[in-house]
Amino acid sequence: MDRQILLVILGMALVTYLPRMLPLVILSRTQLPNIFLRWLSYIPAAVLAALLAPALFLPEGRFALVGNPYLLAAIPTSLIAIRTRSIALTILCGMAAMVLLNYI
Amino acid sequence: MGWQEEIKQGLKSASPIVLGYLPLGFVYGVLAREAGLDLLTTVLMSVLVYAGSAQFIAVSLLASGAAALSIIFTTFLVNLRHLLMSASLVPYLRRYHPSFLALLSAEITDETFAMAMAHYADHEPSLFYHFTLHLTSHFSWVLASFLGGLTGNLLGDPSRLGFNFALPAMFIILLILQLKNRKTLLVAGIAGALSVGIALLWPGNWNIILAACLAATIGVAVEPWIDRSC
Repeated sequence: MDRQILLVILGMALVTYLPRMLPLVILSRTQLPNIFLRWLSYIPAAVLAALLAPALFLPEGRFALVGNPYLLAAIPTSLIAIRTRSIALTILCGMAAMVLLNYI
Repeated sequence: MGWQEEIKQGLKSASPIVLGYLPLGFVYGVLAREAGLDLLTTVLMSVLVYAGSAQFIAVSLLASGAAALSIIFTTFLVNLRHLLMSASLVPYLRRYHPSFLALLSAEITDETFAMAMAHYADHEPSLFYHFTLHLTSHFSWVLASFLGGLTGNLLGDPSRLGFNFALPAMFIILLILQLKNRKTLLVAGIAGALSVGIALLWPGNWNIILAACLAATIGVAVEPWIDRSC
């Protein structure tokens, strides 16, 4: 097993466990500050958008608007995602769109 | 209610989660193997980290050769949301011993949290119920990762089957599920634009953390104006 990857997993496990555990075990009688809770409520959408945008717009590390299969495949995938709100269906549709685009 | 009944209810609550985790964990296993993880590491991450989106993100960052620290920081940010869930469980579970809660909280996920909150709306809190729900869901995630990991390297060239778009598609649906109002939509737009901009200027995958923190801060700052214009 790669040592580097093992360290990454242990680090990920620690930083994932602490936010799960600390409020329930320690903060049970105090309140988190409201402004921090509001900031926190934006984080999931912000992180996902920050991950998604480069995957679509910078497929090979360079900005590409035309002839970019990732951007094209994102269109039907988003429509399915909005219509069905199903994770599994969206992934399957995205992969199918990508396969089709590779044939065109 | 007896403990047998509470365990039965835990299994009942877990069953829809298991149905969702099996295909998702399988896809994770496949993608982890394609990112170059071996079977043991693939499964180990599901045992120790056990956080769907963070594991998908870590796999895509590992595949792109990101720095270890940036992967851990990104995981931290993505999983910070569990603070909210853990805090929301306090009113129901505060009467139990902290050592039980320290164990129980290791397996809080979006899905198990939502299920437990729905259950506690009309049931007494119960550790038997809650541990059954958590352990069953976690077990299904680990099992599915293992099966996906076994299949992973049998599939051949990933792009032939469209697997190169599996992660972007996953991010699309997770993002759409997060867009609850105009404010989150605005924050997501800012985060996406900043992320692309920073990635072009600055290699090393720090764009995700920087863009997300900046966009969330802007979101908090402009909230009063958006609320007024609604």
